Amino acid sequence: MTDLSKLTAVEIAGLVASGETSAVEVTQAHLDRIGAVDDRVHAFLHVDTEGALTAARAVDERRAAGEELGPLAGVPVAVKDVLTTKGVPTTVGSKILEGWRPPYDSTIVERLRAAGTVMLGKTNMDEFAMGSSTEYSAYGPTRNPWDLERIPGGSGGGSAAALAAYEAPLSIGSDTGGSIRQPGAVTGTVGAKPTYGGTSRYGLVAFSSSLDTPGPCARTVLDAALLHEVIGGHDPRDSTSIPAPVPDVVAAARRGATGDLTGVKLGVVTEFTGEGAEPGVMAAFRESVEALAKLGAEIVEISCPHFKYALPAYYLIAPSECSSNLARFDGVRFGLRVGDDGNRSLEEVMSLTREAGFGPEVKRRIMIGTYALSSGYYDAYYGQAQKVRTLITRDFTSAFEQVDALISPTTPFVAFPIGSRTADPYQMYLADLFTIPTNLYGGPAISVPCGLSDGLPVGFQIMAPTMADDRMYRVAAALESAVGTLTPPTL
Amino acid sequence: MAAISREEVAHLARLSRLAVTEEELDTFAGQLDVILQSVAQVGEVAAADIPPTSHSVPLTNVLREDVVRPGLTPQEALSGAPDAEEQRFRVPRILDEDVAS
Repeated sequence: MTDLSKLTAVEIAGLVASGETSAVEVTQAHLDRIGAVDDRVHAFLHVDTEGALTAARAVDERRAAGEELGPLAGVPVAVKDVLTTKGVPTTVGSKILEGWRPPYDSTIVERLRAAGTVMLGKTNMDEFAMGSSTEYSAYGPTRNPWDLERIPGGSGGGSAAALAAYEAPLSIGSDTGGSIRQPGAVTGTVGAKPTYGGTSRYGLVAFSSSLDTPGPCARTVLDAALLHEVIGGHDPRDSTSIPAPVPDVVAAARRGATGDLTGVKLGVVTEFTGEGAEPGVMAAFRESVEALAKLGAEIVEISCPHFKYALPAYYLIAPSECSSNLARFDGVRFGLRVGDDGNRSLEEVMSLTREAGFGPEVKRRIMIGTYALSSGYYDAYYGQAQKVRTLITRDFTSAFEQVDALISPTTPFVAFPIGSRTADPYQMYLADLFTIPTNLYGGPAISVPCGLSDGLPVGFQIMAPTMADDRMYRVAAALESAVGTLTPPTL
Repeated sequence: MAAISREEVAHLARLSRLAVTEEELDTFAGQLDVILQSVAQVGEVAAADIPPTSHSVPLTNVLREDVVRPGLTPQEALSGAPDAEEQRFRVPRILDEDVAS
């Protein structure tokens, strides 16, 4: 019998629609797989066995009743614990929300349910999505299925590892500085950050509101595109949601899979091909660039002189927004409350609650943000970072006058050993060196596997203009058709 | 030269409502100093006449029609509260706080 957990979303949806297998069987196969491997991988913070089987039964009943099923009906999906799920625990990887069961669904989750997908549970993440290794989760790290002693990337390490461990064929991540793409790169999976505003932030626990972007993760480009189409599009409950249809990402992925990139012009970002990346990463990247050229793409080099300032600008802007957003965790309306003995004041209880509930990286970022927004420092730090953001945006817009998309490695280095970068927080930040510019600009970008370096996956990044998400899927699918997908070692 | 002193970190913690320990202050002072010295690179960019970008999407007020829509019930809204009383969030005392702080 076919191992249902090894199938793609497209294959699963086909089997469910034709009646060759049931959504319940598919769901049970993935729950069994989670039961078999997740004590080693720790991709999940919460597995919703009962909810998943109930949703699967509903799909099977709809099919039996002759109802039309959507393209992903009956396909299991794992959801990053940053999105609210009605009645299902949502912790954001933090002790401050331990045990919280939200009274409402996020828009993304609502759309997943409406599409007939089956939510398996909530995946592990760096606390409040702040980190690049999932080591900052308050519930312990997730491990990379390629090598259990290495990190699966972050902040969405759980969502990426669940795919590589065959615990789910699809998952949802959120990308503020690379938290979808970098985990995708180091686990050999596909991760797409949609255009900012192309996917709804309603019910996404806020970290940095001008950057946070939920998006799809999968093992193939087409699966990611199908998921993107289901979750994307305008949401009146998010005031920064773009009132326009989702670009036709599915058609673009199918077109790209034919392996023809004639007429497509791609720009290699000069600043990201220098000494910043490991030799093995650059070798895999260069080979993939040649593969794209063979498919007909025209390749040029493009200099984006301000990209090197993206990392420092981001680590001022994101902490500044976070210091404001996380003020809502005050021990009053939800989550943890510590030290309320009847004598302590509100401020004392608040400070004790936040001290006990937040981990060290979250505290660092809140304090950095508080500093950058202080009078006397505002102009030199936050204000200057916002100006740099303008210049980075101009680098993108001028590049896109010359090329259809920009390309680079997704990350400077492959998955690093657990514990090797936690002592120096700034070393951890460097993992996002190549992914951050896109977030500051707001356009879409995707990471697709492009080979191995010392037996570990390397990611290839494609950055496209705002609302041209389809373009990156076309190039990603073409690359996938040339270099193939990666198969992780058997767990 | 350090970008930030231990005393300044203690002040930031107070502003951030974080009751950090003495040990944490030692660790954070060093770490925040490294981070701030690194991010200060933004100052190298000549940007005096460049307008700031706060958001990649042009922000305008988004209005909807003023019609009643379903919302949370009081029970739902209070379901995650650490303490509630008479359909309200119950908070620690707020009136005796040191007004001089």
